[in-house]
Amino acid sequence: MSLQGTCRDAGDVVVVDFGGKITLGEGSAMLRRMIRELLDSGHRKILLNLGDVDYIDSSGIGELVGAYTTVRGTGGELKLVYLTKRVRDILQITRLYMVFDVQPDEAAALLSFR
Amino acid sequence: MAAQTQRLEVTLDTQLESVDLAENIVTRVAEAAGFGEDDVHKLGMAVREGVINAYNYGNCQDKKKKILLAVEFEPEQMVVHVIDEGCGFQLSDVEDPLADENLLRTSGRGIFLMRAFMDDLTVRRGPTGGADLVMSKKLPHRVSGNGRSQAE
Repeated sequence: MSLQGTCRDAGDVVVVDFGGKITLGEGSAMLRRMIRELLDSGHRKILLNLGDVDYIDSSGIGELVGAYTTVRGTGGELKLVYLTKRVRDILQITRLYMVFDVQPDEAAALLSFR
Repeated sequence: MAAQTQRLEVTLDTQLESVDLAENIVTRVAEAAGFGEDDVHKLGMAVREGVINAYNYGNCQDKKKKILLAVEFEPEQMVVHVIDEGCGFQLSDVEDPLADENLLRTSGRGIFLMRAFMDDLTVRRGPTGGADLVMSKKLPHRVSGNGRSQAE
Protein backbone atom coordinates (compact mmCIF):
# COMPACT_ATOMS: atom_id res chain seq x y z
CA MET A 1 0.00 0.00 0.00
CA SER A 2 1.39 3.40 -0.91
CA LEU A 3 1.42 6.14 1.70
CA GLN A 4 -1.83 7.64 2.94
CA GLY A 5 -2.13 10.51 5.38
CA THR A 6 -4.94 12.30 7.15
CA CYS A 7 -4.62 15.48 9.18
CA ARG A 8 -6.46 16.42 12.36
CA ASP A 9 -6.10 19.35 14.70
CA ALA A 10 -5.15 18.90 18.36
CA GLY A 11 -5.11 22.42 19.75
CA ASP A 12 -2.42 24.33 17.89
CA VAL A 13 -0.74 21.09 16.82
CA VAL A 14 -1.62 19.32 13.61
CA VAL A 15 -1.39 15.54 13.82
CA VAL A 16 -0.85 13.61 10.60
CA ASP A 17 -1.82 9.95 10.77
CA PHE A 18 0.20 8.09 8.17
CA GLY A 19 -0.27 4.56 6.93
CA GLY A 20 1.54 2.52 4.29
CA LYS A 21 5.07 2.83 2.94
CA ILE A 22 7.38 5.83 2.75
CA THR A 23 9.46 4.77 -0.22
CA LEU A 24 10.96 6.10 -3.43
CA GLY A 25 8.26 7.54 -5.67
CA GLU A 26 4.73 8.31 -4.58
CA GLY A 27 5.25 7.68 -0.86
CA SER A 28 8.13 10.12 -0.53
CA ALA A 29 6.44 12.65 -2.81
CA MET A 30 3.23 12.47 -0.80
CA LEU A 31 5.06 13.17 2.46
CA ARG A 32 6.87 16.14 0.91
CA ARG A 33 3.63 17.53 -0.55
CA MET A 34 1.76 17.20 2.73
CA ILE A 35 4.47 18.94 4.77
CA ARG A 36 4.63 21.75 2.21
CA GLU A 37 0.84 22.20 2.32
CA LEU A 38 0.83 22.30 6.14
CA LEU A 39 3.58 24.93 6.20
CA ASP A 40 1.86 26.96 3.49
CA SER A 41 -1.34 26.96 5.54
CA GLY A 42 0.51 28.32 8.55
CA HIS A 43 1.04 25.22 10.66
CA ARG A 44 4.31 25.20 12.61
CA LYS A 45 3.69 22.42 15.14
CA ILE A 46 3.49 19.10 13.34
CA LEU A 47 3.24 15.62 14.83
CA LEU A 48 3.69 12.67 12.49
CA ASN A 49 1.94 9.53 13.71
CA LEU A 50 3.83 6.70 11.97
CA GLY A 51 1.97 3.92 13.77
CA ASP A 52 0.76 2.37 10.53
CA VAL A 53 3.93 2.93 8.51
CA ASP A 54 5.38 -0.53 8.16
CA TYR A 55 8.13 0.21 5.67
CA ILE A 56 10.59 2.97 4.90
CA ASP A 57 13.56 2.96 2.53
CA SER A 58 16.51 5.34 2.10
CA SER A 59 14.40 7.68 0.00
CA GLY A 60 11.73 7.80 2.69
CA ILE A 61 14.35 8.40 5.37
CA GLY A 62 15.71 11.26 3.29
CA GLU A 63 12.22 12.69 2.95
CA LEU A 64 11.68 12.55 6.72
CA VAL A 65 15.00 14.34 7.25
CA GLY A 66 13.98 16.91 4.65
CA ALA A 67 10.64 17.43 6.40
CA TYR A 68 12.41 17.87 9.73
CA THR A 69 14.92 20.44 8.44
CA THR A 70 12.27 22.29 6.42
CA VAL A 71 9.92 22.66 9.39
CA ARG A 72 12.79 23.66 11.68
CA GLY A 73 13.90 26.18 9.05
CA THR A 74 10.56 27.97 9.38
CA GLY A 75 10.90 28.11 13.16
CA GLY A 76 8.52 25.22 13.64
CA GLU A 77 8.71 21.86 15.33
CA LEU A 78 8.24 18.39 13.86
CA LYS A 79 7.96 15.35 16.12
CA LEU A 80 7.36 11.66 15.56
CA VAL A 81 5.21 9.23 17.53
CA TYR A 82 4.23 5.55 17.50
CA LEU A 83 7.10 4.24 15.43
CA THR A 84 6.77 0.66 14.25
CA LYS A 85 9.69 -1.65 15.01
CA ARG A 86 11.02 -1.52 11.46
CA VAL A 87 10.94 2.25 11.27
CA ARG A 88 12.50 2.55 14.73
CA ASP A 89 15.24 0.07 13.81
CA ILE A 90 16.09 2.00 10.65
CA LEU A 91 16.22 5.32 12.50
CA GLN A 92 18.45 3.76 15.15
CA ILE A 93 21.01 2.22 12.79
CA THR A 94 21.19 5.46 10.80
CA ARG A 95 21.67 7.48 14.03
CA LEU A 96 18.56 9.52 13.21
CA TYR A 97 16.66 8.33 16.26
CA MET A 98 18.75 10.80 18.27
CA VAL A 99 18.11 13.57 15.73
CA PHE A 100 14.34 13.35 15.55
CA ASP A 101 12.18 14.18 18.55
CA VAL A 102 10.51 10.79 19.02
CA GLN A 103 7.70 10.88 21.57
CA PRO A 104 6.39 7.86 23.51
CA ASP A 105 2.70 8.59 22.89
CA GLU A 106 0.40 11.26 21.51
CA ALA A 107 -0.51 12.81 24.87
CA ALA A 108 3.16 13.29 25.78
CA ALA A 109 3.88 14.57 22.30
CA LEU A 110 1.17 17.23 22.46
CA LEU A 111 2.42 18.41 25.84
CA SER A 112 6.00 18.62 24.56
CA PHE A 113 5.32 21.30 21.94
CA ARG A 114 6.33 24.75 23.14
CA MET B 1 32.37 -33.27 -7.06
CA ALA B 2 32.01 -29.50 -6.96
CA ALA B 3 28.57 -28.20 -5.99
CA GLN B 4 26.70 -26.41 -8.77
CA THR B 5 25.74 -22.76 -8.45
CA GLN B 6 22.11 -22.03 -9.28
CA ARG B 7 21.55 -18.67 -10.95
CA LEU B 8 18.50 -16.57 -11.80
CA GLU B 9 18.85 -13.48 -14.01
CA VAL B 10 16.32 -10.74 -14.72
CA THR B 11 16.89 -7.71 -16.93
CA LEU B 12 15.04 -4.68 -15.61
CA ASP B 13 14.15 -1.43 -17.31
CA THR B 14 15.45 1.78 -15.78
CA GLN B 15 12.15 2.84 -14.30
CA LEU B 16 10.67 3.34 -10.86
CA GLU B 17 8.58 0.17 -11.06
CA SER B 18 11.74 -1.93 -11.31
CA VAL B 19 12.58 -1.11 -7.69
CA ASP B 20 9.46 -2.82 -6.34
CA LEU B 21 9.75 -5.62 -8.91
CA ALA B 22 13.33 -6.46 -7.91
CA GLU B 23 12.42 -6.43 -4.23
CA ASN B 24 9.44 -8.71 -4.84
CA ILE B 25 11.51 -11.18 -6.86
CA VAL B 26 14.24 -11.42 -4.26
CA THR B 27 11.90 -11.70 -1.28
CA ARG B 28 10.06 -14.58 -2.94
CA VAL B 29 13.30 -16.34 -3.78
CA ALA B 30 14.56 -15.79 -0.24
CA GLU B 31 11.32 -17.16 1.24
CA ALA B 32 11.61 -20.24 -0.95
CA ALA B 33 15.21 -20.67 0.21
CA GLY B 34 14.02 -20.87 3.82
CA PHE B 35 15.11 -17.49 5.16
CA GLY B 36 13.11 -16.25 8.13
CA GLU B 37 10.81 -13.24 7.95
CA ASP B 38 13.38 -10.80 9.28
CA ASP B 39 16.11 -11.90 6.88
CA VAL B 40 13.67 -11.89 3.97
CA HIS B 41 12.88 -8.28 4.81
CA LYS B 42 16.57 -7.39 5.00
CA LEU B 43 17.37 -9.11 1.70
CA GLY B 44 14.48 -7.39 -0.01
CA MET B 45 15.41 -4.01 1.36
CA ALA B 46 19.10 -4.39 0.45
CA VAL B 47 18.17 -5.27 -3.13
CA ARG B 48 15.68 -2.42 -3.21
CA GLU B 49 18.48 -0.04 -2.23
CA GLY B 50 20.77 -1.58 -4.84
CA VAL B 51 18.24 -1.04 -7.62
CA ILE B 52 17.49 2.51 -6.39
CA ASN B 53 21.23 3.15 -6.64
CA ALA B 54 21.34 1.74 -10.17
CA TYR B 55 18.21 3.67 -11.21
CA ASN B 56 19.23 7.03 -9.75
CA TYR B 57 23.03 7.16 -9.76
CA GLY B 58 24.24 4.39 -12.08
CA ASN B 59 21.89 4.78 -15.02
CA CYS B 60 20.86 8.34 -14.08
CA GLN B 61 17.20 7.42 -14.84
CA ASP B 62 18.15 6.91 -18.51
CA LYS B 63 15.38 4.66 -19.88
CA LYS B 64 17.67 3.38 -22.65
CA LYS B 65 19.87 1.67 -20.08
CA LYS B 66 19.16 -1.61 -18.31
CA ILE B 67 19.65 -2.99 -14.82
CA LEU B 68 20.65 -6.63 -14.45
CA LEU B 69 19.49 -8.43 -11.32
CA ALA B 70 21.11 -11.82 -10.72
CA VAL B 71 20.56 -14.17 -7.79
CA GLU B 72 22.99 -17.04 -7.22
CA PHE B 73 22.89 -19.84 -4.71
CA GLU B 74 26.26 -21.08 -3.56
CA PRO B 75 26.51 -23.95 -1.08
CA GLU B 76 26.64 -21.64 1.92
CA GLN B 77 25.23 -18.30 0.79
CA MET B 78 22.82 -16.43 -1.42
CA VAL B 79 24.56 -13.87 -3.63
CA VAL B 80 22.76 -11.01 -5.39
CA HIS B 81 24.23 -8.87 -8.16
CA VAL B 82 22.74 -5.53 -9.21
CA ILE B 83 24.55 -4.34 -12.32
CA ASP B 84 23.99 -0.97 -13.97
CA GLU B 85 25.28 0.66 -17.16
CA GLY B 86 26.75 3.76 -15.59
CA CYS B 87 30.36 4.73 -14.89
CA GLY B 88 30.90 2.67 -11.73
CA PHE B 89 32.16 3.82 -8.36
CA GLN B 90 34.26 2.69 -5.45
CA LEU B 91 32.97 2.05 -1.96
CA SER B 92 35.84 4.10 -0.56
CA ASP B 93 34.37 7.16 -2.33
CA VAL B 94 31.03 6.86 -0.53
CA GLU B 95 30.65 9.24 2.38
CA ASP B 96 29.77 7.91 5.82
CA PRO B 97 26.10 8.80 6.48
CA LEU B 98 26.67 8.35 10.22
CA ALA B 99 29.21 11.17 10.37
CA ASP B 100 27.87 14.18 12.25
CA GLU B 101 28.22 16.42 9.21
CA ASN B 102 26.14 14.02 7.07
CA LEU B 103 23.34 13.16 9.48
CA LEU B 104 20.92 15.73 8.07
CA ARG B 105 21.62 14.94 4.44
CA THR B 106 18.56 13.81 2.53
CA SER B 107 20.44 11.15 0.53
CA GLY B 108 23.46 8.88 0.77
CA ARG B 109 22.17 6.07 3.01
CA GLY B 110 21.53 3.33 0.43
CA ILE B 111 25.00 1.76 0.46
CA PHE B 112 25.04 1.93 4.25
CA LEU B 113 21.71 0.07 4.46
CA MET B 114 22.89 -2.60 2.02
CA ARG B 115 25.93 -3.17 4.21
CA ALA B 116 23.81 -3.24 7.35
CA PHE B 117 21.34 -5.77 6.00
CA MET B 118 23.69 -8.15 4.20
CA ASP B 119 26.68 -10.13 5.42
CA ASP B 120 28.96 -8.70 2.75
CA LEU B 121 28.88 -6.03 0.05
CA THR B 122 31.47 -5.38 -2.61
CA VAL B 123 31.45 -3.26 -5.75
CA ARG B 124 33.07 -4.52 -8.95
CA ARG B 125 33.20 -3.14 -12.45
CA GLY B 126 30.36 -4.58 -14.54
CA PRO B 127 30.66 -5.78 -18.16
CA THR B 128 29.74 -2.35 -19.58
CA GLY B 129 31.84 -0.40 -17.10
CA GLY B 130 29.04 0.26 -14.65
CA ALA B 131 28.82 -0.87 -11.04
CA ASP B 132 28.26 -4.49 -10.14
CA LEU B 133 26.96 -4.48 -6.56
CA VAL B 134 27.62 -7.91 -5.11
CA MET B 135 25.84 -8.62 -1.86
CA SER B 136 25.66 -11.91 -0.02
CA LYS B 137 23.89 -13.47 2.92
CA LYS B 138 24.61 -16.79 4.57
CA LEU B 139 21.90 -19.36 3.92
CA PRO B 140 19.70 -20.38 6.84
CA HIS B 141 20.69 -23.59 8.52
CA ARG B 142 18.66 -26.56 9.56
CA VAL B 143 19.62 -29.48 11.74
CA SER B 144 20.15 -32.60 9.65
CA GLY B 145 19.28 -36.15 10.62
CA ASN B 146 22.72 -36.67 12.15
CA GLY B 147 22.27 -33.62 14.40
CA ARG B 148 24.73 -31.48 12.46
CA SER B 149 23.77 -28.02 11.32
CA GLN B 150 23.93 -27.55 7.58
CA ALA B 151 22.92 -25.05 4.93
CA GLU B 152 19.66 -25.89 3.25
